[in-house]
Amino acid sequence: MNSRLLANLGRLWLGLILVFLYAPILVMAFMSFNASQYYQLPFEFSMRWYEKLASNGEIIDAATRSVLIAIVTTILATTLGTAASVALFRFEFRGKRFLQVMLFPPIAIPWLITGTAMLIFFFGVGLGRGTPSVIIGHVALALPYVIVVVSARLATFDATLEEAARSMGAGGWTITRRVTLPWIAPGIIAGALFAFAVSFDQFVVSYFLSEPGDSTLPVLIYTSIRKGFTPEINAISTIIIVISMAVMLFAARFSNFGGER
Amino acid sequence: MSTVLAKQDRLKIFGLLSPAYLWLTVAIFLPLSAMLYFSFLSDVPFGQKEWFHTTENYKAFFTTPTYSILLWKSLRLALMVTVISVFIGFPCAYVLAKTIKGRAREALFLLVILPFWSNSLVRIFSWAIVLRGNGILEVGLNAVLPFEVDVNLMFSTPAIVIGLVHSYLPYVILTSYLALQAIDDNLIDAARSMGAGKLTILWRIILPLSLPGLLAGAVLIFVPVVGSFMEPRILGGRVGTYFGTVIEDQFVAVYNWPLGAALSFVLLAVVLLILAISSPILRKART
Repeated sequence: MNSRLLANLGRLWLGLILVFLYAPILVMAFMSFNASQYYQLPFEFSMRWYEKLASNGEIIDAATRSVLIAIVTTILATTLGTAASVALFRFEFRGKRFLQVMLFPPIAIPWLITGTAMLIFFFGVGLGRGTPSVIIGHVALALPYVIVVVSARLATFDATLEEAARSMGAGGWTITRRVTLPWIAPGIIAGALFAFAVSFDQFVVSYFLSEPGDSTLPVLIYTSIRKGFTPEINAISTIIIVISMAVMLFAARFSNFGGER
Repeated sequence: MSTVLAKQDRLKIFGLLSPAYLWLTVAIFLPLSAMLYFSFLSDVPFGQKEWFHTTENYKAFFTTPTYSILLWKSLRLALMVTVISVFIGFPCAYVLAKTIKGRAREALFLLVILPFWSNSLVRIFSWAIVLRGNGILEVGLNAVLPFEVDVNLMFSTPAIVIGLVHSYLPYVILTSYLALQAIDDNLIDAARSMGAGKLTILWRIILPLSLPGLLAGAVLIFVPVVGSFMEPRILGGRVGTYFGTVIEDQFVAVYNWPLGAALSFVLLAVVLLILAISSPILRKART
């Protein structure tokens, strides 16, 4: 077969995949601007579902809660994760390999198992369901991502830079502040954005840990979907997907997702 | 590197590491241990009711055929989703890694990965809008085709498979892309100059060298799909009963937590077995 034809077939295939990945999201966004309550076509432009959303106290509450939980999670996970990454990068010690392996279970074990285990444990220690439990869970899920992303950035750090600074008379704190931190800053920002995304988009663990009537946005959407679809859910879902894609686009500027840069 | 650390260094290491690992212990490892303990109880130990230690919950799994049938159903679903994703995703990764060059590649790669990092629940919901009867797929097809078709995929197994493939496809594209990118183009050129055909190159060079990445992607898809419950619930309706939805029910509807814990542990055992078998491959894929 002609290799140019083959290359073009390949491009077509990639194009079809992109259509498959984006079409449903675009359809959902499109339908959120349709006036009909029963998703009837022809399309008639309307903002009524967004207006209804603005006056829906339950959804506004859940959205506020989700954003607050994501912010607290981001701060905690980024701080703890960065500290751990620095120690794992800078020092050689016994058990280091074990600590690195310990980051694997939170990522690899299905969230259904982690979420139900947390529910049992938090009830066992008397904490029960609620926002504090959700935050504890989210931080634990986000931590490994922060550590992986920050460590990847640290691995590109040239230790001779620190030595050069020291030889020119800089003290430990000055070196950290003026040499090390500026270098790993993009990694920390990317790690923070990942942590935000992990928390803001998290459904499974929040579902088991949040209290009925006190739930996060994805949990509220799940329970409403099961009662029946309304274009209002399309509207809030469209907003969520725009936010989470924007956060990840931003993160991509600071890390390379494993691709070359 | 010296093995004996100064006391000051040891303090530093401890101070930097302990908050993160303490958190992981409290939020992940202690809960998993608590769940293991619970799976051997007859009832939750914080109610008014009597409780005692028992292996009844595991016996229930082995003696009630429903559970093993559903676990098998979940494993088959995961296998189907994985195989479809590999066949769709690998050529896509190949085109990205070897055909497209420069800035276009970077942008397209980001476009493929982006949905993966957006809200999975919302993406599943968006398929519900597309696939429902009288939905956009049916109206669209009827507008194009000369004959009437009746497309109502909603609440069927194909709907669940489509939704799950959509959710996890980027995994296999990502890992295959990384593996393919690492293959030296000179190797392919050398083979070609010595007269190897396209199929020979694919079969003897590209596939063997990218296999670790491909398999790593497959494992990363298989494991979460075995434990999926939200996707079958939303897209499958009544046919969407799987091992994951049964576990969910024990915790949110039936309130038999010890049985739920036992079923969760059976699922965990299956997952760990898969990870253990594939760990040599995963390790190879990382380097």
